[in-house]
Amino acid sequence: MFYIFCPYCDEHREEEEFHPKGQAHLSRPADPDACTDEEWGNFIYFRDNPRGIHHEIWVHAIGCRKFFNVTRDTQSYEILESYRMGSAPRITQLTDKQQS
Amino acid sequence: MSEAVKEAVAEPALVAIMEQLPKTEVPARSPLAHHTEVLSRPTHENPGVRLWENALRTHLALRGDAGSADFARGVEAATGLALPERLQCHQSGEWALSWVAPDEWLLTGPGDQALAMEMSLREELDGHYAVINLSGGQTMLRLSGPKARLVLMKSCPYDVHDRHFPVGKVVTTVLAKSQATIRRVGEEDWELVVRRSFADYVWRWLVDASQEYRLSLGHPE
Repeated sequence: MFYIFCPYCDEHREEEEFHPKGQAHLSRPADPDACTDEEWGNFIYFRDNPRGIHHEIWVHAIGCRKFFNVTRDTQSYEILESYRMGSAPRITQLTDKQQS
Repeated sequence: MSEAVKEAVAEPALVAIMEQLPKTEVPARSPLAHHTEVLSRPTHENPGVRLWENALRTHLALRGDAGSADFARGVEAATGLALPERLQCHQSGEWALSWVAPDEWLLTGPGDQALAMEMSLREELDGHYAVINLSGGQTMLRLSGPKARLVLMKSCPYDVHDRHFPVGKVVTTVLAKSQATIRRVGEEDWELVVRRSFADYVWRWLVDASQEYRLSLGHPE
């Protein structure tokens, strides 16, 4: 079970209050009419599946019902940080200690 | 922006506000009336837990920008209650204003004053805000007594210890696999706001969970 920090409630809550919502920081092509099929297809269908650091969206579904971002290590499942929508992650790569 | 959209935006916002209470020919019925109207269980002399429904209350969801001074002033003018901080509740007489989310609050009060309070809020507030009458969609349960905290410990994953859940705190969390907005009204006094459609289930769960603590059903007096 995860014990997840909600940046809006400012508290740790049980995982059953949350839902994962997939990869974070995806930006919709500024002008969909002008982009190629490949660019649009990549935006709609293709997601990263990294080994290690992954930034993802979670929602505090049974709680404040706010969406926020989480940085999670996909190898250890450890949640390294959670941060509000619109802000940038502080952790973008694993430290030596986390890798070992 | 198309012309049609511009026109629609320029139109003054029309909001349907109505008296949601049925007239006397159609009596209002709480979602737990089938439990609370026929209380057959024996009342213990010295109950560890008391459970009753605070039926047919006014529940108004209030949304707006917490950072806006105008919004905060308007809410205070209409309700007499300041906007509570995160996970807090302000109470004055029958009315209570609870924090639900950074831009959402739950206002509860006497059942027959929903329309008057909604009108008063709409009178005082301006700009980007929402007032939604949820009175028919949820109901309020009260759990009290020295063992009430133990019932909650069995029923929800949230830490309800005194040091983590002091009087005045309000938390929306999982309760019995359903959802409840739990408020600590007093040391041994808790208020649970649950969805109408889950009220029967939650009631039965709490009755079952309270059996070992000498449960007494119904209002204390």
